[in-house]
Amino acid sequence: MATLFWEEEIETLPRVGLESIQLRRLRNLVARVYMTVAPYRRKMEAAGVRPEDIRTLADLRRLPFTVKDDLRDNYPFGLFTVPMEEIVRVHASSGTTGKSTVVGYTQKDIETWANVMARALTCAGAHKGDIVHNAYGYGLFTGGLGAHYGVERLGATVIPVSGGNTKRQITIMKDFGSTVLLSTPSYALNLAEAMGAVGVDPHSLSLRVGVFGAEPWSENMREEVERKLNLKAVDIYGLSEVMGPGVAMECLSAEKGMHVFEDHFLPEIIDPDTGEVLPPGEKGELVFTTLTKEAFPIIRYRTKDISRLIYEPCSCGRTLVRMEKVTGRTDDMLIIRGVNVFPSQVEHVLMGIEGVEPHYQIVVEREGNLDTMTVQVEVSEIIFSDEIRVLENLSRKIQVEIKDLLGVTCKVKLVEPKTIQRSEGKAQRVIDKRKM
Amino acid sequence: MRVEQIAVFLENKSGRLAEITSILAENDINIRALSVADTADFGILRLIVDKVEKAKTALKQNGFTVGKTTVIAVEVPDRTGGLAGVLKVVENAGLNVEYMYAFVNKTGEDAVLIFRFDEIDKAIEVLRDNGFTILTGEQLCAL
Repeated sequence: MATLFWEEEIETLPRVGLESIQLRRLRNLVARVYMTVAPYRRKMEAAGVRPEDIRTLADLRRLPFTVKDDLRDNYPFGLFTVPMEEIVRVHASSGTTGKSTVVGYTQKDIETWANVMARALTCAGAHKGDIVHNAYGYGLFTGGLGAHYGVERLGATVIPVSGGNTKRQITIMKDFGSTVLLSTPSYALNLAEAMGAVGVDPHSLSLRVGVFGAEPWSENMREEVERKLNLKAVDIYGLSEVMGPGVAMECLSAEKGMHVFEDHFLPEIIDPDTGEVLPPGEKGELVFTTLTKEAFPIIRYRTKDISRLIYEPCSCGRTLVRMEKVTGRTDDMLIIRGVNVFPSQVEHVLMGIEGVEPHYQIVVEREGNLDTMTVQVEVSEIIFSDEIRVLENLSRKIQVEIKDLLGVTCKVKLVEPKTIQRSEGKAQRVIDKRKM
Repeated sequence: MRVEQIAVFLENKSGRLAEITSILAENDINIRALSVADTADFGILRLIVDKVEKAKTALKQNGFTVGKTTVIAVEVPDRTGGLAGVLKVVENAGLNVEYMYAFVNKTGEDAVLIFRFDEIDKAIEVLRDNGFTILTGEQLCAL
C-alpha cells in the first residue's frame, strides 16, 4: 500500500484542533478582506457586521453571502485583495451569460492549490512513480493546470495530454504506461468506447485509478467506468471561484463522500431559500469560504450545488468532513459534456432569430456515453415555409448560433405549435432524461 | 393564373395527417391535390383545396401552423413525355423548380402538374409562350 496521506497531521487532526485553525484563519481573512476589498467592506457594513464580531466559527453565518453576480459586477479583477503584480496566474469561467468570472492566484496560492491537489491524488492512491494521464482541458478552465501542478507536487509524472484527439490519447496510454487517469467521467467512457473501436483491450493497459470530476455522475456511471476501463474510479470536487480541482476528494477506502480540505476551504450547508445554515447532516446548498487564499479569497460563496456534509469518522482515518456527491443544483444550470449551460442562454439565441417564439424546451439525454441536447422550437407562422430547405436552414442557424455562444453542439427539433407544455407558473424549460 | 396552395407543418408523429383530413371533411372542404414532403424530423403537407380561407382558418383553430403560397397548375395530356416536355421548357428558361407534384384528372385524359417556382411570373410567361395550358384555381377545382 502506498502512502495513505499527503499531510497526515492536518488530515487526521482531531476536530477541535482543526476548528481552532479554521477560526484563526477565518478571523485573519475577514479582517484582511474588510480592509482591502471595498465591495466586501460595503456588504459587511450593510449587514452590520465588523471583523471583530467574528469570535467563533458559528459567527461565520453573520457574514453576507457572495454570489456569482458579485464576481461579474467586479469584473475582471475587482475582488482581488493584492496588487496585480502579485498575481501570477488568472483563470476564467466559460462566462457565457454576459461576462465571465475571473479568478487570480498569487505564487503562494498556486502552491496551496498544488498541495491540496497532491492531497487529493494521494486520497486516490496515486504516488511518486505513477504516470498520470491528465485529460482535463488546459487553458482558462482550472481543470487541466490545477491537476497538473498537483501531480508535479506529488512527484509523479504528468502527461499534459489535455482534452480531445482520443485515438492519440489511447496510443499514449498504451506506450507511456499511464497508471492514473484524470478526466471527466463522460470522457473516460468515451475513451473506453474508442479503445473498443481501435482494438485496445483496457486490461492490457496499466491504468489503476481514475480521478473523475467537473460534471455530475452517478454510481451507475462509476460501475460502468470501472468495468469498461478496468480501474478504480473516484470522485473529485472543485470550482474555480473557490480554487479549482482539489477542494474535496473521495478516498479509496470509503467511496462515500469527498473529504473537504477544510483547513483551506470551510464548508457550510444552507437552506437555499432562506439562507439559514442547516444542522449537520442535512441536505442543502453548499457554501464555501476560503481560509488561506491570498489573491482572491471568497467569503460564503454560494455554489448552487446541492450536497450534504457527513461528519461521521471515515475508515480511512481522515477527520476531514465529507461532502456527499453533488446531487443537483439550486438553479437551472445544466452541465452538458462538461460545459455549463443555462436555459436562459438558449433562450437568448432563439429570441435573436426573427419569428422564433419564446416557446422552447431543452431535452437532455445520454446516448451511449455522451450527453446530447435537443432544443425543441415551435414553428410559428412567421418562420414556417412550404419549402423544406427554408426550415432546414432555420434549424441549422439555431444550431450554429447555440454552438457559437455556448460551445455545445445541439440538435434542433422543430415542433408544432402548442406542443410544448405551457405551465401555470414557471415554464418547464428543461427535461433532463439522463440517469444521474 | 396562380393557384393558392396551403401548407401545413407536421411533426413526424402518427395520426396527424388523418387529423387534418378529418378537420377538412368536417368543414366540407374538398381536397383537389396534395403532397407531403418530409425529413427525418418533420414534414410539410401541401394542399390545394376548394375553399382556401376556410381551410386555413379551420386548421389554425385546431392548432396547426398553416401557410399560404401560390403555385401554378399546368395541364398536359396524360401520355408519355408529357412531363418531360414541360420540364425541358422550364430548364431552357433557367427556371428553378422548388418542388412539384402531379395528379391525373377524372377523365384520365389530362395530367395536372403543380409547380412551385421562385419566379412565378416568369414561369407563367414562359410556359404560356410555349403553348401550355395553365389552370386557374377555379378551373382546377372544377376538374
